[in-house]
Amino acid sequence: MINKEMPLLMDQSKKGRKAIKLPELGVEKSELPNSKFLRKDISLPEVGQLDLIRYFTNLSSLNYSIDTNFYPLGSCTMKYNPKINEQIASMPGFAASHPNQNDEKVQGNLRLMFELQEELGEITGLPGVSLAPLAGAQGEYAGLLIAREYHKKNNQNNRNIALIPDSAHGTNPASASMAGLQAVTIKTTNEGDIDLDDLKDKVNENVCVLMLTLPSTLGLFEPNILEITKVIHDNGGLVYADGANLNALLGVTKFGDLGIDICHSNLHKTFSTPHGGGGPGSGPVMVAKYLESFLPYPHIKKEGNEYKQYKPENTVGRLNGFYGSFGILVRAYAYIRSLGKAGLKEISESAIINANYIQEKLKNDYKLTSSRYCMHETVLSASQQKEDGVKAIDIAKKLLDEGFHAPTMYFPLIVDEALMIEPTESESKETIDRFIDAMIMISELSKSNPKEIIDAPVNLPVERLDEAQAARNPVLIWAKK
Amino acid sequence: MTNFPYIPSTEDDKQQMLKTIGVNSFEELLIDVPKKHLQPTLNLKEALSEQELTEFFQLLSNNNFSSKTITSYMGGGAYNHYIPSTVKAMIQRGEFLTSYTPYQPEASQGTLQVGFEFQSMIAQLFDMEVCNAGMYDGPTALAEAALMACRIKRNNNVIIHESVSEKTLDVLRSYSKWQDINLFRYNDVNLQDDNEYGCLLVQSPNYIGEIEDVEKLAEEIHNRNGLIIQHTYPISLGMLKPPGQLNVDISTAEGQPLGVPVSFGGPFIGILTCKKEFIRQLPGRIIGQTVDKNNKISYALTLQTREQHIRRESATSNICTSTQLIGLMVAVYLATMGPEGIKSIAETCYHRAHYFAEKLNNIEGLTLISDNFFNEFVIESEIDLSKINKILQENNIEGGIDISDKKSKKILFAVTELNSPEIINKTINILGGEND
Repeated sequence: MINKEMPLLMDQSKKGRKAIKLPELGVEKSELPNSKFLRKDISLPEVGQLDLIRYFTNLSSLNYSIDTNFYPLGSCTMKYNPKINEQIASMPGFAASHPNQNDEKVQGNLRLMFELQEELGEITGLPGVSLAPLAGAQGEYAGLLIAREYHKKNNQNNRNIALIPDSAHGTNPASASMAGLQAVTIKTTNEGDIDLDDLKDKVNENVCVLMLTLPSTLGLFEPNILEITKVIHDNGGLVYADGANLNALLGVTKFGDLGIDICHSNLHKTFSTPHGGGGPGSGPVMVAKYLESFLPYPHIKKEGNEYKQYKPENTVGRLNGFYGSFGILVRAYAYIRSLGKAGLKEISESAIINANYIQEKLKNDYKLTSSRYCMHETVLSASQQKEDGVKAIDIAKKLLDEGFHAPTMYFPLIVDEALMIEPTESESKETIDRFIDAMIMISELSKSNPKEIIDAPVNLPVERLDEAQAARNPVLIWAKK
Repeated sequence: MTNFPYIPSTEDDKQQMLKTIGVNSFEELLIDVPKKHLQPTLNLKEALSEQELTEFFQLLSNNNFSSKTITSYMGGGAYNHYIPSTVKAMIQRGEFLTSYTPYQPEASQGTLQVGFEFQSMIAQLFDMEVCNAGMYDGPTALAEAALMACRIKRNNNVIIHESVSEKTLDVLRSYSKWQDINLFRYNDVNLQDDNEYGCLLVQSPNYIGEIEDVEKLAEEIHNRNGLIIQHTYPISLGMLKPPGQLNVDISTAEGQPLGVPVSFGGPFIGILTCKKEFIRQLPGRIIGQTVDKNNKISYALTLQTREQHIRRESATSNICTSTQLIGLMVAVYLATMGPEGIKSIAETCYHRAHYFAEKLNNIEGLTLISDNFFNEFVIESEIDLSKINKILQENNIEGGIDISDKKSKKILFAVTELNSPEIINKTINILGGEND
């Protein structure tokens, strides 16, 4: 790895350098607009092509990634992103197709989208599928809009409460606010299960929806799921499942069978599309049959042998400029087709076994949040190590030094010094064993030489950052020195 | 043995792990799942080999007209521009492609520095003070900008100028519907009265390519204590005065034209820039420069107290992506183009569009009705549009967008540097016109 500072492009810039040769105009110039509309000068870097390529290539080498490192970032499902899917998404028929073309000119795309809708509906047991949402958070928002419009149509506009467990991901309450819902927190047990008494206490005629993550953010399957969905339904509310953890459920159970009305799925998690350093994602929303007419538009249907876009009758509206993250949909569908039903089942089986194996092997060194079997991820607590002055963040940084990306830290919020580990099905037992050894080594080191952990990382391009300064005195763009 | 290339666990590995866990079978781990809903049948297709997979998708891809198109004049929110080899090379780097949000900055300096470059270059192109790391797409960026302006001004009255596309407006409706936001059309309000407004949204070049007088609109809304938000076409800024020089408070754009394929509408990137005084109300990820403990310059996500994972229901938005990979494409694109390149592309778009428009205008039955446009213009037609489209299609040319209304038949054409002079002349010939 490069350990030198790499100056920003503007600091490398030299007037007159070029990274590309562009075509000549080739036509006569026309009259320009009024000069009050015209720009005088532009400041952008001027670099040669090799220096540009070297700069970005060297920057890439400063990253940990799935292609280079085990990346057990809990709740993010950092599985292998197959190369063939990238190749397929760049096929000219897909990449050059324009979203304003008429349906008959994009039958290949529409068929792909229709078939993906069908597969996602079957996997989740919720047959109404919209591929429009551009990320998990937008899928959530779409789900809430559907719940709101449904109640409104039934003359129950009073339903303006979203019940949200205290263990939920931050997007849940944030999405609820955007949908004009009041977020009411439901208590959970130490193991992150919904506190049934608290739920029954808070459910009333103003509840629009319960937002539930399944498996929970603690990586456990909610044992009272059938009773929970019944309580909500008996009160006229809907149940929304955050599908962030769907990687645990392929072929294991279906949301629709459990009484869940709406869910979303993050294609960049369960369905292997690349995370790209933080997007682009895709977060299709799935609903029970009776909610299908509320889906966002455009939605794709098949009539005879033709595929068509249409606007569902009670649609919640348009969520983005066109059809959604189409390039991501191509990758996800390629992934589903390359695994088929047997492969998809195998994913969850392998992911769950891997997570339980890690949990079992680390239970003597780290405090478990639950003695139950976990699903696809396990949440440990560094509370014991904290007594020796080593916190979750320190363990995370030491892992980086050992060549592993860190687990998710300090989430869920209800667990003290949380370390959330999700190995996925992509990793071999040998890799998992090396990770386990590193975790045990760190736990032992926390007793013998905690300073070495607290000083970590020392093997990376930079050491710990002054993040407080970044926020206090924000420097957000390049400035001339 | 293992059946799937993406799943390395062998039967033997699994048995060993199950034994360590202390169970006899995988099913024992699923004890919390209701018995009657455990392991349902999945009615899905069977697995394809890599070769079959490629063949199947090739078939779908070939079933799109775009697989054989020689040129396209289609715009309307997504634009065909040349994508440099540098961009294509860099997004294939697995270190960028397969990393996640830089929660561990020490192991993510690559992503973070690229994001900082993105923010810097976009701020320069727009001549705005700050920029976030990226939104989903143009329309959602504009919708979030409107919500942001309402928070800043504590005023939920939003005025929408006629220049904003209907599609974009639909997104704003979905985003604002349940937040007590009042949407007004510019032509229906009187900005000379005493009412106060949160913001005015204008799109320039507008949805049919015309350049709007944004500065004048800015003055009007500032007199009513509101903010001006300009949605723009970033390539045009190689030639046209940028938002930062038009007194604009917040500026948004569809980032796709900057090196990203049209790809049937996504993934794209939304650009969101603003004056520095508004950063605490900005939604989305922001990357800041700082130092590490050895005083080495480094980068980290910053101002996170605005965001959902900390602020929860009081966050500025629920967004938690920056569409980072597309941001990388944009950053490499702008660095490849440089100031001269972006100027050259903008001018090529402008002059070729005007050339094409004039030639079309000379064809009998076609009339150019646009005036002060950048690279997109409207042709009114007395000829049946299906006839025009058919003849273009037979020549593997994608024509413009049919935007006919009750009064007349109209087509919206977009011209970029990808429409070579030869192709433009050929198109004119096909439509029965004369070229130079």
